[in-house]
Amino acid sequence: MVQRDSHIIDVTPSPMKSSDYFYVPAVLRGLGTTLRHCLGNVGRDGKNKKNIWVVQYPEEKRDDRSVIEGGQERSTFRGVHRLNRDEQGRERCVACFMCSTACPANCITIVAEPAPWDDREKHPLSFEIDELRCIFCGMCEEACPCDAIELTPRYEVVGTSREEMIFNKDKLLEIYDITIEDKPM
Amino acid sequence: MPTWIPAFITPQLITSVVVIVLVLHLALGLAAYFILLERKVCAWVQDRIGPNRVGTMGLLQPIADGLKLFFKEDFTPKSVDKGLFMLAPALTVIPAMIGFLVIPWGGYLEIGGTSVAIMGANINIGVIYIVATASLGVYGVALGGWASNNKYSFLGGLRASAQIISYEIPMGLALLCVVLAAGTLLPETIVAQQLDGQWNIVHQPIVAILFYICLLAESNRAPFDLAESEQELVGGWHTEYSSMRWALFFMGEYIHMFVGAAFFTTLFLGGWSLNPITGWDLPASGGILLIALQFGIVLGKVVFLVFLAMMVRWTLPRFRFDQLMRLAWEGMIPTSLLLVLIVSVFVFYGWTSYLWIGSIVAIIIMAIARPLLPTSATNKRIELLGSRFSAPSSRV
Repeated sequence: MVQRDSHIIDVTPSPMKSSDYFYVPAVLRGLGTTLRHCLGNVGRDGKNKKNIWVVQYPEEKRDDRSVIEGGQERSTFRGVHRLNRDEQGRERCVACFMCSTACPANCITIVAEPAPWDDREKHPLSFEIDELRCIFCGMCEEACPCDAIELTPRYEVVGTSREEMIFNKDKLLEIYDITIEDKPM
Repeated sequence: MPTWIPAFITPQLITSVVVIVLVLHLALGLAAYFILLERKVCAWVQDRIGPNRVGTMGLLQPIADGLKLFFKEDFTPKSVDKGLFMLAPALTVIPAMIGFLVIPWGGYLEIGGTSVAIMGANINIGVIYIVATASLGVYGVALGGWASNNKYSFLGGLRASAQIISYEIPMGLALLCVVLAAGTLLPETIVAQQLDGQWNIVHQPIVAILFYICLLAESNRAPFDLAESEQELVGGWHTEYSSMRWALFFMGEYIHMFVGAAFFTTLFLGGWSLNPITGWDLPASGGILLIALQFGIVLGKVVFLVFLAMMVRWTLPRFRFDQLMRLAWEGMIPTSLLLVLIVSVFVFYGWTSYLWIGSIVAIIIMAIARPLLPTSATNKRIELLGSRFSAPSSRV
């Protein structure tokens, strides 16, 4: 490639003043800034108004705050999954395998069977999500043609074994019952 | 003294043993609490809260940390040099600990008609002794890096050696300024002179600043923690260490800081002197209460200096290695040589009360001379496309 002058930029730093060669005044200015922050927080244990972003987690949660004060943005938060129910309390899922195909982590396992109802062909016999493999990308939610799988704002997903963290259909429907008031469909 | 006591057990010996035992345990305890202070200061500077779960305001955190470190597995990797691997933590801590010996902690006490010094050993090369022990600490770092059989650790050890060698020189020269002006190598006498007159930091502020920077470099503290540098060397020389051996390295660093701060207090802040300018000061001799007060004053200054080191750590980013070397060889060594020259002239003509003029003269000389010196002309013209100066739309 031909090198033109317009392709070259000169990044030579601006010449230093005599006083800049001593460095110490600049360091002291920096120390002043950090000291101001430090002394403003000494002994207040987080009561300084600059510390509003600090959340003392188990006692205090981001859910309790407004978004402006550093709270959780609930409408788009991608937490644990749920399986939605329709008006008659049945699962909405039609076992189309779109979510498990879209899943980049291969964490959704579906076994389909013919639906006992007239309005759909299939429904899931079992629907398992391995929450340990899940990367919470939300692609299953986007792929779902009938809004059956959704991510909720719940982020405290805990368990004591790997088996416990594989959520089955009943568990996912139960999460729907818990979170439906929190996040309407 | 009763006759049944052997002659070699003098009041001075008993006092020395008491002081050594006391200060050693104080240093170990303080090192643990310096770690808490470090974490708290870091949190405060960054508008966070810091450890606050264990005990009130997290005051039991060091004990919890210590317990955790004791119960951790002490893992030795397969291919390390076992002897040196085990020796290295000890070689870091021991030189740091024995440096206390010659720090004067609180003047003289009258016991049974003799006056005993409140210090470990009143040897007449005290200043040289501290410098010698302080620089021994790098053996632990270099050996730990070598014995780990890990190239990052080794690189950390090498960096530490190069850094200590570079910063020993301005440190020694800065020390020389103080020793020249004081005319003695006895820490006790240097403190006594500052009690009578002004603190050395008033006399020689630039020397004090140089010396403090060298102390930071000697104890491998940020911004000179090139040997450790978590981001490039994943912990440097203590990558392969775990459990209490790692804790010994950590403790060595903090005890090193403690000794360095005590040394700085002795040399520049007048020990237990309360008045930087001449005039009123604590009485020269008194009872055990006065000694305790003087000990407390020294300790307060030491804690303040350690706090200052922590503030510097959380203020300044780490140097690049060439910047580190340039600061030492092109900045601090010429400056300290100039200062030694000026102080020598002042001492030769007996103007020791006007040494602060020497510092001003040094600043003027540097301000005049620095722009005249040749600078390296590196090519700073870089290709625009793909550099950080090109707009995102112009990137292909």
